[in-house]
Amino acid sequence: MMTELSRRALGPLSLLLLALTFWLGYFVTPPDQVQGDLVRLLYIHPAMAWVALYVSFGTATVASAMYLWPRTRSDALDRIAHSAMEVSVFFIALTLITGSIWGRPTWGVWWAWDARLTSTAILGVFALGYLALRRANDDREVRARRSAVFAILTAINVPIIHFSVIWWKTLHQGASVFTSNRTLKVHGSMAFTLLLSFVAFTLTFFWFLRIRYRIEVARDHQSHRKLVSSIEQRRNEVPAS
Amino acid sequence: MIRTAKLVARKDLRIELRSRVLAWQVLPFGVMALLLCGLALGPNAAGRSHAGPGLFYIVVTLMALLMINRSQAIESNKGTKASVATLGLDPAGVFLGKAAALTLEMWFASGVLLVGTVLFLHVDRAKTLVATPSIAVTIAALSLAGTLYGALTSSQNSTVTLLPILALPAFAPLLIAGERSYSAEVYGGGSQVWWSLLLIALVAYTSIGVLLYGVMEES
Repeated sequence: MMTELSRRALGPLSLLLLALTFWLGYFVTPPDQVQGDLVRLLYIHPAMAWVALYVSFGTATVASAMYLWPRTRSDALDRIAHSAMEVSVFFIALTLITGSIWGRPTWGVWWAWDARLTSTAILGVFALGYLALRRANDDREVRARRSAVFAILTAINVPIIHFSVIWWKTLHQGASVFTSNRTLKVHGSMAFTLLLSFVAFTLTFFWFLRIRYRIEVARDHQSHRKLVSSIEQRRNEVPAS
Repeated sequence: MIRTAKLVARKDLRIELRSRVLAWQVLPFGVMALLLCGLALGPNAAGRSHAGPGLFYIVVTLMALLMINRSQAIESNKGTKASVATLGLDPAGVFLGKAAALTLEMWFASGVLLVGTVLFLHVDRAKTLVATPSIAVTIAALSLAGTLYGALTSSQNSTVTLLPILALPAFAPLLIAGERSYSAEVYGGGSQVWWSLLLIALVAYTSIGVLLYGVMEES
């Protein structure tokens, strides 16, 4: 019962925390010394990137790896991987859009051929490729297996994106929340809002994932029902001997 | 595994030698694409531009996509897959064999394209020769990745259109590394980082292919 309650609370709680993040980020926190009001966009952009790259891709990769492992293979894992990847596409798009809006006044361009930006865009294309691969396959098991392999191949890009700001000279700033000694660079209401945004967007991801998963289950049931009714119809067409 | 790889590579190469698809269809297309690239640059810029290595790799990519589709099409004939499966061949060996055959075909095609790059785009001949090892490694990495992505899209209705969506993002870092190391040899600059990236990709795609090819082909 408690689990059901927490499941039901996930959506409203996510919305509440998102609203709180927007309120704090827009009205309560002070403008930045260097960036001015532009800093307000950074209360949502890193959190979106966190969800897009690490949470959703991590979920999709782990679920895919577990699907490929014969002992843990189940349809549920395939559905989780698919749902997480679809949510990931949404968050990658949001990350690129918010980054672009921030980049225009800061760098003077909507898009720069920067290693972090380019590798994130490539990850977006990979995620779209994953969805295309799923649509192209009719056989359920083959589709699940190949998608799982592709998800694992795609995940190689995530550490490249993470370390891109270290490996290459990039416009995109490096780690801006923690110093190399793991102490916070941001303080007070700014730090709280930033932390809250990470929690809010992570919960939102799980809320979306749950909705998407239920849709996938319903779709599977529907296709199963269609199959059963087609068999039934076919049986009725055959004249009794 | 190595025995299977040799067997599969020999089979693919023999089919290619008999059908001559590479020689009569893919290579003329590649040369034509290279000429069009020269035309796009214009008669004055073609000789002076530093775009030669980049254009070479664009054409290599287009040819690779054709060759990967071709390599997978060999297996998709009715009953071929089933008969290969009943032979009980090691999937890792099949992967390595197909990748080796594709690499050899692509090396041959790139050799012809390199002559075209020197002739039409006026890239220095001696420096191009020095860049040959990095080109060979890039092509091998592309072939390994291509074999893997080709297997992912094989036996599907939309193989031809699906392959570029899946493979091009994976090819991107390899192409950048290949172009940068070729450019470094011809126009100067460091190529050590790009070499490392190419070698890591080579090892990674070989390992992933050996481990996962069987899972994809399983039916």
